[in-house]
Amino acid sequence: MHYRVSHTTRYTYESTVTVCQNIARLTPYSNHNQRCLKSFFNIDPAPQCMRSYMDAFGNQVTYFEISRPHQELTITVVSEVEVKNQSQQELFKTDVPWDRLRDQIRASRDERTIMVRDYCLPSPLVPIIAGVQEYALQSFLPGRPLMEATRDLMQRIFTEFKYDPSFTTISTPLQDVLQHRKGVCQDFSHLALASLRSLGLPARYVSGYIETIPPEGEEKMQGSDASHAWFSVYSPNNGWVEFDPTNNLVPDDQHISLAQGRDFADVTPLKGVIFGGGKHELDVAVDVRRE
Amino acid sequence: MPSQAKREAAQDDHAKLEALLYQYGKSVRIAHDEMLASGDEHLIKPHWIPLMRALGRSAPEELEHKNHEARRVMRESGVTYNVYNDPEGRSRAWQLDPVPMLMSQEDWATIESGLVQRAELINLIFHDLYGKQRLLKEGLLPAEILYAHQGFHRACVGLYENAKPPIFNYTADLARGPDGKMWVFSDRTQAPSGSGYALETRIAMSRVMASEFRASQVRRLSHYFRTMRGALAELHGDRYDDPRIVLMTPGPLNETYFEHAYLSSYLGYTLVQGADLTVRDSKVWLKSIDGLSQVDIILRRVDDSFCDPLELREDSHLGVPGLVQAVREGNVTVVNPLGSSVVESPALYPFLANIAKAWLGEDLKMPCAASWWCGQKKERDYVLANLDKLVIKSIDRSACTVFGGSLSRLEREELRARIEANPLQFVGQERLACSSTPALVNGQITPRRVLLRSFLVASEGSYSLMPGGLTRIAPDNDSFLITNQSGGISKDTWVLTDQPDRQASLLPDPNSGSLQAGTETLLPSRSAENLFWVGRYAERSEGVVRLLRTVLQKLSDYDEYRDATDQACLRKMLSSLTHMTETFPGFVEPDNEEIFERPEKEIHAVAFSMEKPGSLISTLNALFYGAFNVRDLWSADTWRIIDDIGELISGMRAQKPSFFNLHNHIDTIIDALMAFSGLTQESMSHESGWFMFDLGKRLERALQVIKLVRNLLGDFNGPLEEQLNIEALMSSQESLMTYRRRYRLASSAMAACSLLVLDENHPRSIAYQILKLQDHCAHLPRQVKTVFTAHLNDEEKTLLHVRTVLQLAEPDKLVACDETDNTRPALLALLNEVESALLSVSVEISHRYFSHTDYGRQLAPQLTGEE
Repeated sequence: MHYRVSHTTRYTYESTVTVCQNIARLTPYSNHNQRCLKSFFNIDPAPQCMRSYMDAFGNQVTYFEISRPHQELTITVVSEVEVKNQSQQELFKTDVPWDRLRDQIRASRDERTIMVRDYCLPSPLVPIIAGVQEYALQSFLPGRPLMEATRDLMQRIFTEFKYDPSFTTISTPLQDVLQHRKGVCQDFSHLALASLRSLGLPARYVSGYIETIPPEGEEKMQGSDASHAWFSVYSPNNGWVEFDPTNNLVPDDQHISLAQGRDFADVTPLKGVIFGGGKHELDVAVDVRRE
Repeated sequence: MPSQAKREAAQDDHAKLEALLYQYGKSVRIAHDEMLASGDEHLIKPHWIPLMRALGRSAPEELEHKNHEARRVMRESGVTYNVYNDPEGRSRAWQLDPVPMLMSQEDWATIESGLVQRAELINLIFHDLYGKQRLLKEGLLPAEILYAHQGFHRACVGLYENAKPPIFNYTADLARGPDGKMWVFSDRTQAPSGSGYALETRIAMSRVMASEFRASQVRRLSHYFRTMRGALAELHGDRYDDPRIVLMTPGPLNETYFEHAYLSSYLGYTLVQGADLTVRDSKVWLKSIDGLSQVDIILRRVDDSFCDPLELREDSHLGVPGLVQAVREGNVTVVNPLGSSVVESPALYPFLANIAKAWLGEDLKMPCAASWWCGQKKERDYVLANLDKLVIKSIDRSACTVFGGSLSRLEREELRARIEANPLQFVGQERLACSSTPALVNGQITPRRVLLRSFLVASEGSYSLMPGGLTRIAPDNDSFLITNQSGGISKDTWVLTDQPDRQASLLPDPNSGSLQAGTETLLPSRSAENLFWVGRYAERSEGVVRLLRTVLQKLSDYDEYRDATDQACLRKMLSSLTHMTETFPGFVEPDNEEIFERPEKEIHAVAFSMEKPGSLISTLNALFYGAFNVRDLWSADTWRIIDDIGELISGMRAQKPSFFNLHNHIDTIIDALMAFSGLTQESMSHESGWFMFDLGKRLERALQVIKLVRNLLGDFNGPLEEQLNIEALMSSQESLMTYRRRYRLASSAMAACSLLVLDENHPRSIAYQILKLQDHCAHLPRQVKTVFTAHLNDEEKTLLHVRTVLQLAEPDKLVACDETDNTRPALLALLNEVESALLSVSVEISHRYFSHTDYGRQLAPQLTGEE
C-alpha cells in the first residue's frame, strides 16, 4: 500500500521565543516491512541550522535550531511510504514455545541476539512494576508458543482495558494504568512491554501512524488522524513482530512506522528547549492518505 | 658544634624517635601500617625516618601549633567543601592533618605503572561501549552490565566515531589490600574531583611544614597541572593553535565548587555554568559581555546526564541544550566525554583481567577489590550468602554504598530483597583491610586508617599520574567510614624521590608562540551580572551601615537632651533609613507615632532581621552569595575578606545580638566592607569585570545620595533643624570634614547641595558618580562596531544628558523654597530626573550585557494517540 502522511505540529507562544533547539523523530524508517520513498520537513520560521543523523536505535533524527525571535513555530513533515502486506500466517506457522525462546536468547552467543537483550530490561518509562508478571503469566502458560501467547496478551489488553484519553497524561505512571485499567495506545504499548520484559522477553516500542477509514458513505476529515503507538516482540526465527493492542490486530498494511526504541522516551516525535516564550499552546494535525 | 655535642644530640633524637615509635606502635590495630615494617612494630620504614625524627624533636605544643596552623591556613585560603543538607547552607572548612602520607619511590613506581595500565584499559572500554561494542558481541562482558546501567546514554552511542576524546581525568581510590599492596576499590571517570584540593593542600603544607618539606625530596604537583594544560589544548587537534577552553561547573551549590573556581583560575580557564553557554549552528558559544564567542573545549565538572536537557536529562538546568549535537558534529570537545560514567561501574571489576589479557595481552598490574556482580547466578548466591562481610554497591551509584556488616538484621533482609528484585543493579565487593598511617591527634602521633585518591590525566596517548594525591584518614581509630560528606580529614601525600624535583611554572613558555596569541579571558554575562550586583550590594551595605551609625548617634543625643529639633532630625533620618533599605512601611507609615516613640525595635530589625528583605544582614548575605557565585574572580586576599563577611553573617545569625550590641557590630561590618572596597580598588585589574563591579557601586551610591538629599534637604523647617539635617547628611556620607573645612562660616543648604549633588571633584557627590559611570561605560566592550552606529549607546546618551543637567544647575535656584509648603521644588525635580535616568541606565546595562542569562525550558511534548 502506498501512503502519503502529513504531520503538522504548531506551537503558539504567549511571548517571544529567542532561541530554540529541537530534535524530531518524524521521518519513517525503511525496513523489511516498509520503504520510505521520500520525506521532507517544512519548518516555519526557517531554522538557522538543520542536521540529520541515525540514532542508536536506527531511527532517523532531525536536529534543528531557530535563533530568530518568533512567537509561533510550525513543523510539517510530509512523507511517502510504501507498506508491504505482511503475511501473518507464516509467523504463526513457525511459532516456538516462549520459554524455550527466552532461554535461547539468554544463552545465545549470536551478536544480533546479544544486542537484542537491551529490550529485555526495564527502561525509563517501563519500570519493573508489581503485579505485571502475574498479569502476563495468564497468557504465557508454560510451553505456549510465543506468537500465540503474545496475541492473547494483546487481546486481553484490548478487552480488559478501556481506551480513555482523559485518563492519561504524558507522565501517567504505568502502575496507575495497570490498576485503573484505562489508558491510550501509548499506555497499552508500555503495559505490553512491561509484561513481556517481566518474563525476560525482548520487546520494543513502535511509534507511527495508522490509516483510519471513515464510516461508509462519509468523507474522511482532513487532519483527523493521529500519531499512534504499538509494540513488537523479538524471536530469533521471525525477528521483530508487531502487535497493536489498541486495535487488537497484528499490523498488515495499515500501520506506518516512524521510529522504534525501548519506550516512548526514546522515540518522542518532537522535543525542544526554548528560551523565553511564556505559556504555549500546541496543535497537532495528522493526515494519512492512500495514494 | 663539637662532635661530642653532636653525638649527644643524635642520641637524644634517637631516643625521642624510639619513644614516639613505641607510643605509636602500641595503638596500631591493623595488620598493615604505612610507617612500620610489617611484623615488627618498632621497626620504622627508612623513608619515614627523617620526618619522624623531626617530629620527635618537637614538643607536643609545637605539634599542636602545627595542627592549628594547618587549619588556619586552609580556612584563610577559603578551601571549603559544601555539605549537602546543611540547613545553614554553609560550606565546611577543609580539615587538614599536618603529618603527610609518605610514599617511597619504589612503592610509587608500582602504583604508577598499575594505574596507567588501568586508565588505558578503562579508556579502551569506554570507546568500545559507545562504539562497536565488541566487548558485548565477543562475550567479554555481559550485555546487561552496560544496558542496565542508568548512566549508559543511548544518545551518546556513536558520538565518538571520528574524534576519540579520551577519559581525560581519571581518578582511582586506593587502599592497602591483604597483601600489603595498594588496591583499587573505586574508579571515577565522569567528572572526578579532588585534584584542586590536593594542590591547595600542598600549598598549605609547604607553609605549615616548611622545614620538613625542604628537608625531604618531595615530587612536585605542578608538573601534573602543566601536563594537563598542554594535553587539554592538544585535544583540539591542529585546527587552531589557541583553542578557547572553559571549565564548566554546576555552580556554587555543588559540593566541590571551591575546587572548580580554584582550578579555573590556576589553569587560566573561564569558569562557566551551563547557562553561560549556548548552542548556535551546532557550535558552542560563550555568552560574554563581548557578545558570543566560540568555545572549543569544555572541561566539565557537571555529571553526564545534566549536560544537555535536550538529549539527556530533560529537567536539568545545569546543562546546555544542543551540546550533544555539537559534540556529534565535532564542533566542540567535551572532557571527560559525555557518557563516561558507565566505566566507573564496579560491575566491570570481575571482567577486567580477561579484557586486559584479550586486548592488551597483559595481566592486570594493579589489583582491585574482589567483586561479584549479582547479574550472574553463582555470584549473586555468593553475595547473598555473605551480605554481612561485603560492601554492597550499585552499578551506577543509583543506590548508596552500604557495609553489609553495619546493617541491622531487618535492614539486611531489606537489602537482600532489593538485590533479589533487581540483581543486575548490585555488586558485592570485598572490604579491603586498609592500612593505618601516622596522624597528629591531640599533640600525639597516632595511627588512623587511610585511603588515597590518585589522579591521572590523559596525555600523549597514555596517562600521566599526579605524583601525590589526596589522602584521607578516618576521624577516629576504629572508624572505617572515610568521606568528606561525613567529616573525613585530609592529608598531603609526599611522593619521595632521590632526585631533586624542579618546580614547573604554569606560565606558558615565552618561546612557544602561544603568548602572542593570548586568548583574553572573556567575562561571561552571568559573572558580569553578579559583579554588578556585588558592587551594588557592597555599596548599599556600606550606605546602610553608615546611616545606622548616624541614626544611633542621633538617637542617643535625643535621649540625653530631649530636644524637639533633634527629634525632627531623627525622624528624617529614620525615614531615610526606611527609604534606603526599602523596608516599607517602617518609619514612613503615616500616623504611626508609636514607632517613633520606641524606634529601637524597628532599627534592630532593619539591621539584623534575616526575614526582612532589604535589612542590613540580608543585603550582606546577598553580597556574600553574589561574590561566591564568581568565586574564581577574586584574589586570595579579597576572598579572605569576603569569607570574613560570611563569618560575620553566620555569627550575627547565630548570636541574635541585642540592640545595645548594634554599635560594636556596625564597626566590625564597616571595617570588613572598607577592606573589601580597598582591595577591589587596589588589586582587581581594571578590566570589564572591575568596570561592571564599579558601575554597580557608583550607581548605587548615586541613588543613595539622591534619597538622602531628598529626605533631609527636600524641605525647609527653619535654620536650626536644617543645620542638624546637613550635619547628619554629611556625617552619613563621610563628608563632614570636607564640608566643615570648605564652608566653615557659610553652612547652608546651598553649600550642601553644591558639595553632595553638583561637585564633580567630590567622590561622594552625585555628579562624581555620573562622571565615573560615563567613564566605565566607555570602557565596556561594544558589541556592534560599525561606522553607521551612533557614537554613544543609549545609556551613554542618558548619562551625558544627566551630567549636563547637573552642570547647568545653579545652586541658589535649586534650594529656593516654595512659600506654601516649604518644599524645594527645583531640587526635588532635579533629583527625580537624575534618579529616573539612573534607573533607566541600569535597565539598559542589564539589557545590553546580561540579557543572555536566562534558562531554557522544555516544550510540551505531544501525546501519541490523543484524538
